[in-house]
Amino acid sequence: MSFYEKIKQYRKFDFEAFFSSVKDETVRRILEGDRLSELDYLALLSDTAGKHLEEMAQKAAFLTRRHFGNVIFIFTPLYISNICDNVCAYCSFARQRHIDRRHLGYEEIRSEAQRIGSKGIRHILVLTGESKKAVGIDYLRKSIEIISEHFSSVAIEVYPLTKEEYGILCAAGVDGLTIYQETYNEEAYRQYHQGGPKEDYRFRLDAPERACLADIRTVTVGALFGLYETRTEAFFTGLHAAYIHDRFPRVDVAVSLPRLRPLAGEFDSPHSLDDRQFVQFLTATRLYLPFAGITVSTRESAEFRNAILSIGVTKMSAGVSTSVGSHSGNPSTSQFEIADTRSVEQMKTDLHKMGFQAVMHDWSNQLVR
Amino acid sequence: MSGEDDVIDNLIIAGKKVRSRLITGSGKYRDESIIPQVLAAAECDIITVALRRVDFDNPSENILKNIPKGKILLPNTSGARNADEAVRIAHLARVMGCGDWIKIEVINDQRYLLPDNQETLKAVDILAREGFVVLPYMTPDLYAARRMVDAGAAAVMPLGSPIGTNRGLKTLELIEILVNEIKVPVIVDAGIGRPSHAAMAMETGVGAILLNTAIATSEDPVAMARAFKLAVEAGRMAYLAGMAAQSRTARASSPLTGFLDESGNHLKSGV
Repeated sequence: MSFYEKIKQYRKFDFEAFFSSVKDETVRRILEGDRLSELDYLALLSDTAGKHLEEMAQKAAFLTRRHFGNVIFIFTPLYISNICDNVCAYCSFARQRHIDRRHLGYEEIRSEAQRIGSKGIRHILVLTGESKKAVGIDYLRKSIEIISEHFSSVAIEVYPLTKEEYGILCAAGVDGLTIYQETYNEEAYRQYHQGGPKEDYRFRLDAPERACLADIRTVTVGALFGLYETRTEAFFTGLHAAYIHDRFPRVDVAVSLPRLRPLAGEFDSPHSLDDRQFVQFLTATRLYLPFAGITVSTRESAEFRNAILSIGVTKMSAGVSTSVGSHSGNPSTSQFEIADTRSVEQMKTDLHKMGFQAVMHDWSNQLVR
Repeated sequence: MSGEDDVIDNLIIAGKKVRSRLITGSGKYRDESIIPQVLAAAECDIITVALRRVDFDNPSENILKNIPKGKILLPNTSGARNADEAVRIAHLARVMGCGDWIKIEVINDQRYLLPDNQETLKAVDILAREGFVVLPYMTPDLYAARRMVDAGAAAVMPLGSPIGTNRGLKTLELIEILVNEIKVPVIVDAGIGRPSHAAMAMETGVGAILLNTAIATSEDPVAMARAFKLAVEAGRMAYLAGMAAQSRTARASSPLTGFLDESGNHLKSGV
């Protein structure tokens, strides 16, 4: 079994006809219930459901606070290499771009980790481009071992690995995986990824399962909104998270709804997702998956992040840079322009004002190692 | 509170006398600095803290700074997914100076957050042998509870309904069986959303209530803590007073069989 089988089930499904068939009564019936089916979730992504957005948001806010309380978990990304063999049309790290390439040595990684740790960050997300030669499993393992000395919890957002490789990194201190499928539509995926190992749609799609089999504790999945029809991308994001939960109920599953941002590569997004639709997808996902974490990145502005906080968000980044080496004062080209530049302290203060506790420490790998 | 000891009897866990039958948690607050006020209003003696949230490397952010001295700290193993992890977390709690009391929490399903009784039992067995005062959070099942007690559990902590749901005593029938059959305190842990739920649980004879979400996420946690304190006390007093039995049919105040005498004959009216 693979999530691919689930995607295949919907190949001949007429999404447009389904969305057109959703009535106000359907939406009301769904909002009165407790447990949503797949098609209930799909119905909440429709234009008809969009007319009930306030009601959806109220319920999403209630479910979020009930399950997670008045807290937001804080983390920071750490980019350690932007060397990449892939040819992704939308990414500024892609092979064909002429950008400043940086690849941190172990002492540089230690220095970056120390600087980020001194800001009070305890949960870190380690990112790289995809290059087996420059960023091989040995480099990743050694980097993780160094980074683990400075943080309680270490997640990775790197190219898809084998189950054995995930096992090596878990043993080195990794407890979380973030991996975006970019687009769940196989044909569109092929068009956007013409070159490099990322061409393999299935290998990427099944990566979260391989990580779960290697006993990873948390998995975050999602699509990059802007590459394909947005409602179906949201739908398969939620289904992917639900699928992982069903197969690995012990794993903390989370989703993110990243929207394409301006970047060095100048890519025109053919499928934009406006703020209202973003909020609709966020609330629909919360209603479908009341237990799932929802991460909102600095791709969104401080103002917008503040506005959607109470609706369903559980995790946010702060003190962010998307370039390699930036915390030590020698940044390379950014992967994308961030829209929320708040420091960790500013974020904590803002959250407090809005009635939320910024939780810096929610897990420690030392507890079970 | 002297004088109330006559009415509100003490809870005994592992030989230790505990005055309050309300135990609170420490998560989900919008501002943790309110915890001392909540504990004061709840007048509770025991507070549970998830060890996963304790940052021992960063004292200024450490949740333990908000726990007043003199309280019994009940670290819990939140985040453990099997017995081995629960045992490791308990060991770390002891090493870090959190004492010998441990609430075992082994959860393998992130949707309902239901405790895994089998893995919990294994952890109870290991930690009780090592001298911990072990309080296992459990799905209310008589056989599992008996095995945990046999393995050395100082109390059992069945859920009233899934954690954080505030749905009340959905497992009431099963909890009543535990109260009747289990000789260590039965502490209802999880699901208690309203003071009336807490009072109802205490009326059945459970030893104590552990709750967090209902206080931490209320608009006024301090006032809600006091409301729960009063409800727990009222429920306990009612239990001790011996509540009148309930019936689905009406009962006449004047008995219908009053015409029969002790010898088995009917009373002669003399008319």
